[in-house]
Amino acid sequence: MRDIISRDGTISADTWVVVPRPADGDALSIPDQPALIPADLWLAGKEHFEGRDGIGVWFDSHDEPEILDGLVNELKLIAVNFPKFSDGRGYSIARLLRERFGYQNELRAIGDVLLDQLQFMKRCGFDSYALREDKDATKAARSLSFFSQGYQAATDTDMPLFRRRAS
Amino acid sequence: MYVYDEHDRQIAAERVTQFRDQTERALAGELSEEEFLPLRLQNGLYVQRLAPMLRICVPYGMLRSDQLRRLARITRDYDKGYAHFTTRQNVQLNWPALEDVPDILSELAEVEMHANQTSGNCIRNTTTDQFSGVQVDEVVDPRPYCEIIRQWSTFHPEFAFLPRKFKVAVNASENTDRAAIQVHDIGLQMVRNDQGELGYRVHVGGGLGRTPMVGPVIREFLPELDLLTYLEAVLRVYNRYGRRDNKFKARIKILVKALTPEGFAEKVESEWAHIKDSPTRLTREAIERIQGYFTEPAYEAMDNASERLASQRFENRRFDQWLSHNVDSHKKPGYAIVTLTMKKTGTPPGDVSDTQLEQIAELAEAFSFGEVRVTHQQNVVLADVRQDQLFELWQQIEPMGFATANLNTLTDVICCPGGDYCALANAKSIPVAESIQRRFDDMDFLYDLGDIDLNISGCMNACGHHHVGNIGVLGVDKKGAEFYQVSLGGSSHHDATIGKILGPSFAQDDMPEVIAKIIDVYVNNRKDEEPFLETYRRIGIEPFKERVYA
Repeated sequence: MRDIISRDGTISADTWVVVPRPADGDALSIPDQPALIPADLWLAGKEHFEGRDGIGVWFDSHDEPEILDGLVNELKLIAVNFPKFSDGRGYSIARLLRERFGYQNELRAIGDVLLDQLQFMKRCGFDSYALREDKDATKAARSLSFFSQGYQAATDTDMPLFRRRAS
Repeated sequence: MYVYDEHDRQIAAERVTQFRDQTERALAGELSEEEFLPLRLQNGLYVQRLAPMLRICVPYGMLRSDQLRRLARITRDYDKGYAHFTTRQNVQLNWPALEDVPDILSELAEVEMHANQTSGNCIRNTTTDQFSGVQVDEVVDPRPYCEIIRQWSTFHPEFAFLPRKFKVAVNASENTDRAAIQVHDIGLQMVRNDQGELGYRVHVGGGLGRTPMVGPVIREFLPELDLLTYLEAVLRVYNRYGRRDNKFKARIKILVKALTPEGFAEKVESEWAHIKDSPTRLTREAIERIQGYFTEPAYEAMDNASERLASQRFENRRFDQWLSHNVDSHKKPGYAIVTLTMKKTGTPPGDVSDTQLEQIAELAEAFSFGEVRVTHQQNVVLADVRQDQLFELWQQIEPMGFATANLNTLTDVICCPGGDYCALANAKSIPVAESIQRRFDDMDFLYDLGDIDLNISGCMNACGHHHVGNIGVLGVDKKGAEFYQVSLGGSSHHDATIGKILGPSFAQDDMPEVIAKIIDVYVNNRKDEEPFLETYRRIGIEPFKERVYA
């Protein structure tokens, strides 16, 4: 089971299952435990999931988070997949979910999540990270805390350094 | 020039600690080579043919004397006693040991320097005109805007893993473009609109490399305070929609072309509409604060030293030549801009020894308020020299090898390190530059030819900017042998143009003769004082082809 790292570096066990996108023509099979399903499929079967606990959604890096505009806070957990650590689209998706669509609940990075991405993920609004299993979760707290400040405004702060300097 | 405050110092120090940790984990095998790759690249560290290469950032080309001295010391202590000025106004070390890099960074941080984002698929060092702040015809000093972009782009959390590298250049001169902005991912031309308000004309999607392109204008006028929000919109569109499936189609120019400049601009505008009033929007105070670091040095009120210079020129012909070619006019009476050329025949273009770095530091202190600028033509500028001290300066720099009076001539070659150093290169570039410099050693003939940009790259990545050379040379690999393809008619200035390929490539030994024939065609066809590029545009490529392949 993967370790889930939180924003302050604490480690917990992952209770969620990521349900992969079914092949064309196949039905979505949802296990009997908290499950993340592809966001567009949740949207398509939204009525079906109403009132059911333990359903979250995930976006792949090429997906458009715009499809959930206005609905994001109906979800307790949204995950964004990093198919490859060098694929940076997930950072933009996270900022849009938080800053444009006002998502308030847990936002999780899944997939090829390595220690050195955590600082960027945190600033872009992710608050939990499913660290890749071969990486040492005890080092996450350190990776999250190298920088005590940044130059830009992002999801974590609406005060870029040039505004903090002025105040 | 910009000076760090406690925030910049803290971020720089924290970065050194972070990279030390990353290096230790890489050496301990906790990071695979593939995982360490983007981390070391974002810190300017390549693994090259002979050793790692470390590219040190020189933000928009500005260096102080204490920084030059520190660079000299680093080349002595950690390298072989020399460094290389690059075509992006940066400095490279060719032989550092991987395990020493954190210590080098720590030494750099002490003098407010770093290697952040000098490579990798992120926002790179912003470049500008080396004559910024001292030339007559600029709309505004562009350097504060470059510094604002530097801070915004440093460790930007959303844009650390772009599809490909991303380069921004700023120009503020109305008549010239020494920063080649139209061949950058984003080129910002500072302008005033009809109401006299300051802003930027925004070019996006220029670039060299495999698919050379002149960047189209996607916004005619962007108001001054909207700089960062608009850049953020462009980068977000690129980060989300730029191609990631093919490295050779991943630059923003490919996206702009695919969407058409109009389609791309529309996407940017609609993204920007959401964020234009966000806290990232600049404030007047923020700009003024940074501008406060780029105020004029303590110039003395003086007249031009015209008479004195005239008699010095009359008495010394070499000084006269140097003054005509390597010295430019300054906005202040009594001052001049001096370019120290790093293009002495026999030395790879842009290479400087530790001693030379220290000499430059001393010259800057003695003659130019302790600051220099590195140019993308791989030379070094003393921007504020008193005219009545020019002769003394010239006497000092002649024996140092900085007074080769070939600025902007055929032998002021832009040249990448090429196959002698670079693992990516298909062919050597330095020996080609040298053989051409040797073939054209008659200074009077060079002066007669006037300004000609000769640019040489050892491979398609085009670090030597060959596409925009009036004469461009590209090293190619033909069944394991090194050959050279020649293009003509390129320009990196306001009339930015990608050169046209002349025809089949040549062997290295033939290159001086090929260039000589091209020059011959020009000399035989030019009208009056017509520069090479104009003659070429008037007569076309055919006469050159006929002569070279005859």
